[in-house]
Amino acid sequence: MASHSPEHYKTHYYVPDSSVYPFVSSIALFFIALGGASLVNGYAIGPKMMTIGGIGLASLLFIWFRRVIAESPDYNMDVDKSFRMGMAWFIFSEVMFFAAFFGALYYLRNLAVPWLAETELLWPGFEAMWPSSGPLGAQIVTNGVPSATEISEATKYGLIDPLHLPLYNTLILLTSSVTLTISHHALRASNRAQTIIWLAITVALGVWFLALQVTEYIEAYQQLGLTLGTGVYGSTFFMLTGFHGFHVTLGAFILFIVLLRCMKGHFTPERHFVFEAGAWYWHFVDVVWVGLFIFVYIL
Amino acid sequence: MSDTAVAHGHDHAHDHDHDHDHDHKPTGFRRWFMSTNHKDIGTLYLIFSLTMLFLGGAMALVIRAELFQPGLQFVDPHFFNQMTTMHALIMVFGAVMPGFVGFANWMVPLMVGAPDMALPRMNNWSFWILPFAFSILLLSFFVPGGAPAAGWTLYAPLTVQGGMSVDMAIVAIHMMGISSIMGAINIIVTTLNMRAPGMTLMKMPMFVWTWLITAFLLIAVMPVFAGAVTMLLTDRHFGTAFFNPAGGGDPVLFQHIFWFFGHPEVYIMILPAFGIISQIIPTFARKPLFGYSSMVFATAAIAFLSFIVWAHHMFTVGMPLQGELFFMYATMLISVPTGVKVFNWVTTMWRGSMTFETPMLYAIGVVFLFTMGGLSGLMLAITPADFQYHDTYFVVAHFHYVLFSGAVMAMMGGTFYWLPKWCGHMYNETLGKWHFWLTTIFFNITFFPQHFLGLAGMPRRYADYPIQFTEFNQWSTVGAFGLGISQLLFVYIIVSTVRGGKKATTEVWDNPEGLEWTVPSPAPFHTFDEPPVVK
Ligand code: HEM
Ligand SMILES: [Cu+2]
Repeated sequence: MASHSPEHYKTHYYVPDSSVYPFVSSIALFFIALGGASLVNGYAIGPKMMTIGGIGLASLLFIWFRRVIAESPDYNMDVDKSFRMGMAWFIFSEVMFFAAFFGALYYLRNLAVPWLAETELLWPGFEAMWPSSGPLGAQIVTNGVPSATEISEATKYGLIDPLHLPLYNTLILLTSSVTLTISHHALRASNRAQTIIWLAITVALGVWFLALQVTEYIEAYQQLGLTLGTGVYGSTFFMLTGFHGFHVTLGAFILFIVLLRCMKGHFTPERHFVFEAGAWYWHFVDVVWVGLFIFVYIL
Repeated sequence: MSDTAVAHGHDHAHDHDHDHDHDHKPTGFRRWFMSTNHKDIGTLYLIFSLTMLFLGGAMALVIRAELFQPGLQFVDPHFFNQMTTMHALIMVFGAVMPGFVGFANWMVPLMVGAPDMALPRMNNWSFWILPFAFSILLLSFFVPGGAPAAGWTLYAPLTVQGGMSVDMAIVAIHMMGISSIMGAINIIVTTLNMRAPGMTLMKMPMFVWTWLITAFLLIAVMPVFAGAVTMLLTDRHFGTAFFNPAGGGDPVLFQHIFWFFGHPEVYIMILPAFGIISQIIPTFARKPLFGYSSMVFATAAIAFLSFIVWAHHMFTVGMPLQGELFFMYATMLISVPTGVKVFNWVTTMWRGSMTFETPMLYAIGVVFLFTMGGLSGLMLAITPADFQYHDTYFVVAHFHYVLFSGAVMAMMGGTFYWLPKWCGHMYNETLGKWHFWLTTIFFNITFFPQHFLGLAGMPRRYADYPIQFTEFNQWSTVGAFGLGISQLLFVYIIVSTVRGGKKATTEVWDNPEGLEWTVPSPAPFHTFDEPPVVK
């Protein structure tokens, strides 16, 4: 199929030739997954398998995407549209992933903790409030009933001030969405220098956000005693912000690659799917952050 | 392709090029491991699904063998629980879901007149993740403590305490999720973007419609399931407290998240079956589908409602009264669109000039037996009644009526319906009918008695039972072995049909509707390179 002339693909959908990438990528995924399961169970082979799988997957995706870039002159507008739709639905799946954690936050905060406090049988004296580490953090009691000091040790933690780093981070991310849009407009207007500058600023803002987030985590762990194990508050706080941070990292990486490709002049005002895909992704992590800022930090 | 060849008939070099493309299917490793062809990938999915059906089936037979008599005969209770858990995981994620994706791969491009799936390489990736995911799941039999044994629903806190196998199940589920989501994206994009000119949405075959909506459900809920097992993983190893009351968490939270995924999941497993049935019945009733647009809207309504009924699986867990009532009424509401569908199928047959080839037998069997599953579902939906039925064999009977005689038998019917198109030969009608009747009869012998067992109070997921349940259990076990052995006939029919037999015509059946019947049998390696025009 792929042996046709470029003329052919102006009117025909590009169906790629057979390819070994998917099969090998699946093997890499197998290594990562099985390695992960071994790692959490303390098998020394776990990290090794994950490394092999991780490097394998990263290299394959690199080769795969390079191939797509090389083929891209043969993609007609229909193929372009398939990519766009694919990206949109992928982002929808990410929204639902976060929805699970926001749902858990809602349930724990509004139902689980109050019910636990009502049930005098389990933890007499435990009072409902938010944030809450629960009666005992996440520590599982192995030696009978915990003493009062043990309990107070396990449930002592400070809170992140939402109007400090989180507020800065909100401003940073919101700004980055604006700079990204400016860059996109510049691309549409064939203004390459502006495109590159504003995109570079966006990536820099992303990195700055991540740096502040790391600072915040360090502060939480070292000064506030707020950790992943601080009961349901710590769990939801770190899982939500952690997954968000991971997505920002991914988004910044995508935009960084897009930046390199802008510099190489890969895009035209009409054809720049990856740019838009990266931009959608970036706006998505931005919106998730606004949700986090409101529901995790402020309320 | 042939159209282009005609148009460029004078250009010899070009012509040669085309012929070359036609004849030269890749072979060996290149064809089966590196495929970007929707038909080959569809075949891979179908073979995988059938393999898993047998593997899961073998586990079911271990369960039934043990339950032939009260007391412990063959396996210890812990292994018994591994069997129930793995049987369900394999059937749900290995047999039913990939089976339907196989049908979608084969038929959706053919039905909408597309040259292939929209994203062919990703299509292959979706498939190849599965064998590796299931390898991990199956390897869990060999780690200390054996395979997961907490039930396919993986409820915390049991799964928080389990051994390494739980982690293996979690990572395997992540892989299956990635596969499903990519597969679903592909199907949605293919239907929305690659339809032939004139193939408007409301002209799409019902099978395509049901898959479009199924794909939407998949993208909406697989990530939620991923979230649930991720929380499980961090609760197990990283000190979070989502399901741990000592940290303010709640094991019931797991059930909520799981069933928010789980109920749409059961519709993911039945909507494509509805689609297949809606293709078969009009062909053999020789009438167009009755109430096409109501069928589309009913499917959409079912999909929507499936998001707001999840807690009918949790009536006994201790929810506030308003919750119990809401989920009871919402669940009952689903029977309305479901009823619309059954009504339409029956009305399509009404006064049709019907013939009863094997696919039609399956379709009628499904309409009849699925409806029985729907009715037992309605009984379960009545909250106070469910207090009695919950976690008994009544539930087991219910979901096997909808899943086996709904989803799996629809796939069998679909196989007989499209096999001639896939491989170019007619199957042996007598054997096909034998397979239908053996399957149907043994299915009912297996599962009908389980209604009575459940009503009498026999709980599910136990290796032993009080002696008063013996007789029904023995019926059930005998039926199960009959059902299992009958499936060897299925494999025999498929293999012998692929190998040879009467040549199938392009139309295969008597004037069936749909683009798939306009291409030769077997369908050429590449179809609709030049989009057909639909009027
Ligand atoms: C008319 C529509 C239906 C209704 C009203 C209904 C209702 C219910 C209810 C209330 C339960 C919970 C029983 C209990 O655990 O106590 C249940 C369980 C179940 N249903 Fe349905 N159902 C319907 C259709 C379906 C369909 C179409 C499928 C799948 C194709 C399905 C698959 C299942 C499964 C797998 C379970 C058991 C899950 C488990 O606990 O392992 N149901 N159903
Ligand atoms: Cu349900």
